[in-house]
Amino acid sequence: MARGALAHDGPVIEIEGLTCGYGTELVLQDVHARITAGQLVGLVGPSGAGKTTLLRALLGQVPRMVGRVRVLGREVRPGAPPPGVAYVPQLETVDWNFPVTVEEVVLMGRAMRMRPWPWPGREDRRLMHRILDRLGIGSLARRHIRELSGGQQQRVFLARALISEPHVLLLDEPTSGVDVKTRDEVLHLLGDLNRDGMTIVLTTHELNAVAAHLPWVLCINGSLIAQGDPDEVFTPEVLWRTYGAAMQVVRQDGLLLVADAAPHRLREQLRHRHAHRHGEEAPHEHEHAHGDDHHHHHRLDLAEALPPLDPDARAPRAAGR
Amino acid sequence: MPLDVLEPFHYDFFRHGLIAAALVGALCGLMGVYIVLRRMSYIGHGLSHAVFGGAVVSHLMGWNFYIGAGLWGFLSALLIDAAARRRRIGSDAAIGIITTSSFALGVALISRGRGFTRNFEAALFGNILGVTAADLWVIGTVAVAVAVFVFFAYKQLLFATFDPEVAPVYGVPSRLIDALFSLALAATIVASMNVVGVTLIAATIVIPPVTARLLSDRFSRVLLGSSALGAGIGVAGMYLSYHFNIASGASIVLLGAAVFMLALTYSATRRRSLPALAMRTARPASPPAPELLD
Repeated sequence: MARGALAHDGPVIEIEGLTCGYGTELVLQDVHARITAGQLVGLVGPSGAGKTTLLRALLGQVPRMVGRVRVLGREVRPGAPPPGVAYVPQLETVDWNFPVTVEEVVLMGRAMRMRPWPWPGREDRRLMHRILDRLGIGSLARRHIRELSGGQQQRVFLARALISEPHVLLLDEPTSGVDVKTRDEVLHLLGDLNRDGMTIVLTTHELNAVAAHLPWVLCINGSLIAQGDPDEVFTPEVLWRTYGAAMQVVRQDGLLLVADAAPHRLREQLRHRHAHRHGEEAPHEHEHAHGDDHHHHHRLDLAEALPPLDPDARAPRAAGR
Repeated sequence: MPLDVLEPFHYDFFRHGLIAAALVGALCGLMGVYIVLRRMSYIGHGLSHAVFGGAVVSHLMGWNFYIGAGLWGFLSALLIDAAARRRRIGSDAAIGIITTSSFALGVALISRGRGFTRNFEAALFGNILGVTAADLWVIGTVAVAVAVFVFFAYKQLLFATFDPEVAPVYGVPSRLIDALFSLALAATIVASMNVVGVTLIAATIVIPPVTARLLSDRFSRVLLGSSALGAGIGVAGMYLSYHFNIASGASIVLLGAAVFMLALTYSATRRRSLPALAMRTARPASPPAPELLD
């Protein structure tokens, strides 16, 4: 695919002091970030943190924004999406009963490039088939979109993005609502595209399955909490500020695992009580894993093990939406 | 006595009515696909009632029907749009208030002057005798204009209808497309009023696309099928209205409902048949991710 017409030096995405929202509702405040060509970046945070809003701000789809957003060297303003950027929406937002076939959906990605009449030209069809074949859904072109599996559906919308020959690919929760096998396929596919030089930004709420495998993450909760390699960024402190919940980080053999601390402690507590009743010692199998988590070393009662009723009281404010 | 099937064709008014029914059927069928998929059926229904008020006002003022009713319809559409943006009201309630009050205005004005009862009935239920050569020109012009619009904006219109949030990201000028669509919708309703009637217009907009949807999953086929069904049902309905001496709008709608039931039965049996079921459930295995092959 021809990339180069829009090539420019410097970062692909520059965000300087971005504050944005809908109506009177502020979703993101004072975000600074830059993403360079060929990066694969995950936006991580709880629901309502502003992950999708940040993607939409890059596309000029957030009605109110202050600060500066530049994509591929061009200033993004509300209502003016930057060229060279393709977007894959969350599958849940798609109307699956709409009468469209796979090829009809994919060709939408070329709506503004095809000739004025309704049917696609030979070149458009050739490009479409090449992309569908590459994504492994070449045989499904004439199927209705509802007849496909979750992974195939995700590929259809990825194909629609790719047929516009973008430099930057933005994906909203590409792995939510699909099974493990599909999730891995989608991630491998994105990894392949990234190796070919595509800059990719995706949102995800799956820390272990998705975010921990990405080379770079931005932790978001109403503002940018931290950014960097998940190996360095995912610390209990950052995760606490991002999610407003206690989490533990386990590092073993180069593997990174984030665990929700509360159920773990709750289970330990329950097990302890159970063992007590039976006159045994509770097993202490977790002791080695927690390195820098200070909360863990006290003995906990049940109330302490549960997350606080009002997380806002202790955690940074989780912005609406 | 053998029924003379060609008998009605001897009359000018019937030929006019037939051409009008075919054009209006195709026009409503074409626009109906987008109206139904954009979940605007209720707006179409409401707009036709609003236009009725404009029709009566322009009649009383001696304005040209199409200009008066068309302007009225366009203004109502803008008003509905503005009212629907206020979150506290909600678009369905906004449509209800604006269109029924406009309709009531028409009824109030008509009830003052006794002379309009005939026109009143025609406007409500459609009238085969009401179609003049001038009407035909207007209907034909609107049909051609809408067809040209849909032809050249086909891809953009499809994208903006399927995925209104994402279409602008791919450069589709969705505001312009939406505005042109509203204009086409108002023109369609004003042009169709005399033939089908205010109260039944919604059915001619909804029945053909829903029927075509039952028969195909492909957008281009649903669009062509709906237009063809609309035209066919219009012509056949007109013909039946002559032979059974019933209001043209009513016969077109009743015939449309019958065709819809047929399509529903057909698609239900087709979907339940075993090969079709197997086709729907069998999915080709997706190839393993490249990494897994290493």
